[in-house]
Amino acid sequence: MTKNRSVSDDGVAPNPVNAEGVVKGSVQLVHAVGMHARPAVKLAKLAKRFQCQIAMRVAGGVGWVDAKSLTSVMATRAARDSIIEFEASGADAAAAVAALVTLIAQDFPDSGG
Amino acid sequence: MSETVGIVIVSHSRDIAKGTADMVRQMVGNEVKVAFCGGNADGGLGTDVPRIVDAIETAWSPKGVAVLVDLGGAETNSEMAVEMLPVERRGRVVVCNAPIVEGAVMAATEAAGGSPLDKVQAAAEELAAG
Repeated sequence: MTKNRSVSDDGVAPNPVNAEGVVKGSVQLVHAVGMHARPAVKLAKLAKRFQCQIAMRVAGGVGWVDAKSLTSVMATRAARDSIIEFEASGADAAAAVAALVTLIAQDFPDSGG
Repeated sequence: MSETVGIVIVSHSRDIAKGTADMVRQMVGNEVKVAFCGGNADGGLGTDVPRIVDAIETAWSPKGVAVLVDLGGAETNSEMAVEMLPVERRGRVVVCNAPIVEGAVMAATEAAGGSPLDKVQAAAEELAAG
């Protein structure tokens, strides 16, 4: 685990690929009521567009969950202002982490399905 | 492959069925076909096998259809409806053991990603198992 998870002023901190090819990223959840149903649907749907494996957790939390599993994403019950961490591995991992971080940083915009 | 598993919602109440379908469309989007039916032929509470058959036909996809139901009769009538389908379609329709609203949203989200029927069913039933 790298420790470079500092969050910049805009709440986005994409992290570089480490030696194992795992792409990491973290972002502050700015959504007013946290990870409730609609944001979770958008996150899981977006994650499913990528081939790579994507794990996520609330920073400081214990468990990594599959970002493609809506049930798991909802179960994180991530609160407003918490930091969401992603770790992805696979061919399109960098694109996946970038897209997911952007989704959260932009507060789950409706565009893009 | 752009086809996605279709979703059918079967409730004793037309209002519940329609409201659940509305939730799925608004939360998940329009890329998944969602059909619903509820109430009996007289407009009262109940489920009606021919209407369930129609809903399955409406939501039909080559990848199959996942059916979400509420109480007992909805499940048995849905299973009867599956039996009435053309034989080549029967194996591609599943009645999920899941809460109707949550299961429909979970199943549709999984379906939207292009997942096969068994994964869509598993996503809906994950709730019941958990």
